[in-house]
Amino acid sequence: MTTEKFDLDYAPALESTAVVNIAKQYGLFVNGEFVKARGGKTFATINPATEAHLADVAEASKADVNKAVKAARHAYETYWRDMPGKQRARYLYRIARQLQERAREFAVLETLDGGKPITESRDFDLPQAAAHFFYHAGWADKLDYAFPGRKVTSHGVVGQITPWNFPMMMAAWKLAPALATGNTVVFKPAETTPLTALLLAEVLQDVDLPPGVVNIVTGAGATGQALVDHPDVDKLAFTGSTGVGKMIQRAAAARRLPLTLELGGKAAHIVFDDAAIDQAVEGVVKGIFFNQGHVCCAGSRLLVQESIAEMFIEKLKRRVDLLRVGNPLDKNTDVGAINSAAQLGRIADLVDAGVNEGAEIYQPDCTLNKKGFWFAPTIFTGVQQSHRIAQEEIFGPVLSVQTFRTADEALQKANNTPFGLSAGVWTEKGSKILWMADRLNAGVVWANTYNQFDPASPFGGYKESGFGREGGMQGLSAYVRTDTGGRS
Amino acid sequence: MACTTDKPLSLATSVDQVALEARAKSLTTRSIKTTSKRAALHLSIRCMDLTTLEGADTPGKVASLCQKAIRPDPTNLAVPPVAAVCVYPEMVDYAVAATAGTGVKVASVAGAFPSGLSRLSVRLDDISDAVARGAHEIDIVLNRSAFLTGDYNLVMDEVAAAKEACGDAHLKVILETGELGGYDQIRRASMLSMAAGADFIKTSTGKIPKASTLPVVLCMAEAIRDHAEATGEIIGLKAAGGIRTAKQAWHYLVVIGETLGTDWLTPDLFRLGASSLLNDVLQQLGKLDTGRYSGPDYVTVD
Amino acid sequence: MNEHLPVDKTFKLFIGGAFPRSESGRTFAVRDAKGALLANASQASRKDLREAVRAARSAQGSWAGRTAYNRGQILYRAAEMMEARRPEFVAVLRQIGVTPKAADKQVDQAIDRWVWYAGWADKTHHVLGTVNPVSGPYFNFTFPEPTGVVGVMAPDQPALLGLVSRLAPIIVSGNTAVAVIEGPASLAAITLAEVLATSDLPGGVVNLLTGQKNELLPWMMGHLDINAVDLTGAPEDLDPEVLEAAAVNVKRTVWGDPVAESPYAIADFLEMKTVWHPIGK
Repeated sequence: MTTEKFDLDYAPALESTAVVNIAKQYGLFVNGEFVKARGGKTFATINPATEAHLADVAEASKADVNKAVKAARHAYETYWRDMPGKQRARYLYRIARQLQERAREFAVLETLDGGKPITESRDFDLPQAAAHFFYHAGWADKLDYAFPGRKVTSHGVVGQITPWNFPMMMAAWKLAPALATGNTVVFKPAETTPLTALLLAEVLQDVDLPPGVVNIVTGAGATGQALVDHPDVDKLAFTGSTGVGKMIQRAAAARRLPLTLELGGKAAHIVFDDAAIDQAVEGVVKGIFFNQGHVCCAGSRLLVQESIAEMFIEKLKRRVDLLRVGNPLDKNTDVGAINSAAQLGRIADLVDAGVNEGAEIYQPDCTLNKKGFWFAPTIFTGVQQSHRIAQEEIFGPVLSVQTFRTADEALQKANNTPFGLSAGVWTEKGSKILWMADRLNAGVVWANTYNQFDPASPFGGYKESGFGREGGMQGLSAYVRTDTGGRS
Repeated sequence: MACTTDKPLSLATSVDQVALEARAKSLTTRSIKTTSKRAALHLSIRCMDLTTLEGADTPGKVASLCQKAIRPDPTNLAVPPVAAVCVYPEMVDYAVAATAGTGVKVASVAGAFPSGLSRLSVRLDDISDAVARGAHEIDIVLNRSAFLTGDYNLVMDEVAAAKEACGDAHLKVILETGELGGYDQIRRASMLSMAAGADFIKTSTGKIPKASTLPVVLCMAEAIRDHAEATGEIIGLKAAGGIRTAKQAWHYLVVIGETLGTDWLTPDLFRLGASSLLNDVLQQLGKLDTGRYSGPDYVTVD
Repeated sequence: MNEHLPVDKTFKLFIGGAFPRSESGRTFAVRDAKGALLANASQASRKDLREAVRAARSAQGSWAGRTAYNRGQILYRAAEMMEARRPEFVAVLRQIGVTPKAADKQVDQAIDRWVWYAGWADKTHHVLGTVNPVSGPYFNFTFPEPTGVVGVMAPDQPALLGLVSRLAPIIVSGNTAVAVIEGPASLAAITLAEVLATSDLPGGVVNLLTGQKNELLPWMMGHLDINAVDLTGAPEDLDPEVLEAAAVNVKRTVWGDPVAESPYAIADFLEMKTVWHPIGK
């Protein structure tokens, strides 16, 4: 019998891009139609895995944003505000169904525009987006039950700004509750990933959504600023960096504008010695390398109990060795491209800082393409609480590993940060899970799992990770007001 | 026992069901290079234990099975023989005669298979007898009755005694994972068996509905990995029961390869206990050769 | 002769996802206002009821085990199927004497009702479940679970909307149902069954028995493997003995609103489970 060795050689299993039709140029989506920007300015969007040019997209000026807000206001007063919830629901159900029907198209486009692995956009981003619309469709005619003892109304025109890490899913997280509760929207997707939002605009036309109910103004910082400053916007919702979030909070302050912010994080991922070890390794790996670490709630700080640290780190490294960095369109790829040159620069800077601070760096052997923006999965061990890489959000595939001796110490280190978005706890001891959950200053605590999302589960942060919740019954309150006021 | 104080990976380590099953599922999305497909299909055959364990087995049936084992595809000599045939002790003589000089091993179940509920002396006799008749490999069942009553010492003593009765034959311990209750128990049973001298741990007898699954094999592979890390002993894994398609076989290769490494992807350390799997693999090979989907008329029954 | 002679539909029972005739072989005639025969509908016997309950019980575990999202999707699909077959439903209602305008409205409302309840699938926990602030270091939470197999006496009127208004809140949470429908409403019920059979609804989740309520109700009330009975459409003047029979296994009995649209119609068929767990290192 031969004893030749078999090599587990995975084939590139490329998802076909034939399903997608990318136009050369895209206009803004205002009042139900695609229109050119005033002044005709455009910006390019590229594929970060190849740096290939994908399309030119209109850049909305202040005047364009004004037109969009006007359209939203008109649609609010004419169609949407007084439309029975049952009917609003109908539109949301239709959108949900179309996202399911065109899921493959949206997923491929998301991967091309943003660089995330196709398995993620196909199996996570798009199903979540459709589910968000389904979930919120169900609330549209049931709001009386969501606010016991309160009579609520919509705000009016809502301005929404979303980031580039989960473009389509973030669009769903923003649009679905806003529309379900009777608001109209002016929406600005991130400038490096506008294409799925523009495809969504086609869906909005196909479902006959009344013109002006949703308007999409593509652009960068200036467009966002114009939206934030617009006097006829009744409420703002922003997901992005803490830095920009603070700017928006300042801009909205004097007007006492209702605001929800979903900002950055530096989550502690805590592993106790009584954890299910192999599954914890898997959870830690997924927690930081999912979506290349471009995740606000990423488990970017592993806090591992000192008694198992050596063993756990060794297992972690062996597991990370198996990660496949490569073509996002390849179904075998685990880690895709970094979203932009700018982000790549930021990651590289902080990783350099980590090395200079004296932490020990580990990166598996991977051949990274010259073209495109790539960063190898990185593990820093010997990280101390005062290191920059333990405090600052890297927003990339970089894990900082610290140790702790007791639950109290884990808690102390986990909470010692201005951020408070999420945390992870691995232990087989139920009472300890609940004890930790009680004391962790984070809006989302994952126990024996990580990065779980569901439209029925509220998501949002404590402290400088923002305020307000998205999803669940609690997520609805951001988009309604009572006549008696209430927190924005 | 692999239970030292500085190695916390002992009987106490738990397994999270949800995360384990999710990991197993994610491994099923790996796809294989077309140029490697043939090698993978051949590997599946080379790692197969072609099995017949029926009350109705006769010398004639065993002869037919052995011929299929030696030459799975009579029209194509390039298709390798399987690793072993697996039969009841009373059929070992016929299997040994039929496979003599071919390199195909004879494995025998022994020890009151499949329940294991006979007196130990009777079970040990069964093993010695099968070995005396020429079996190269012995598949015994774990004493689930003792395991489920928490008598781990008894479980281990019996495995050790069986190993001794095997002499030079290699010992596979069937955990009967479908009866153990959960992954914590599967891991525990794996650790006990390995510590007591098993050369291979095996998932199932194939006699109860709940047989091998990917998460079960992942769980056992993780235990084998930890045992190797702690003791340096390299133990093999056999997945048996419910594996009917080449696609499933490929998934098992991925689970083993990614968890234990490609060193384990050889018949010395990995086996697939199956009967109908072989023909599906042959039909897939047929498609590679002709480009056309095959059918049951073009593969022989065993 | 090129005239196409219509192929009349046979109206049978709906049990376990299939359409069997009654084991008793009995039928009852449904006629229109002019006396013309619309159908010889199957007349269910107590043995059919027994089989239906078996099917309902068999399906209940996995129906309740699906995600709420999945159940909501399936109810939404039932609405899609109904919408696609709107004209047929309107026609059936008109055949049994509903005016055209009223039939139109009733079918619209029935479709809307499926959608309304579909949207509750993943929300009942928010509204009916709680985390409870007990005095002690315990995490304590209460969540609803479906009660199991529910027997239903379908309202005679409105024929379609009444049945939908009772079935949707019962099954959305994971219960399975065995409903008895009497008289002309049977035609609307079996047409509904055809929609359910094409909506990815697993067989046995809804079972529809056309027949005599007075004959079947005592068997339903006395059945040890039925957890609750919806008496909304029960006949008037019930014998107290019939009502007392429910006590044999402490059945939950519910008198609801034939056209209710409320999460409390769902709550009527839920059990509340409370769990404690200590909080500590």
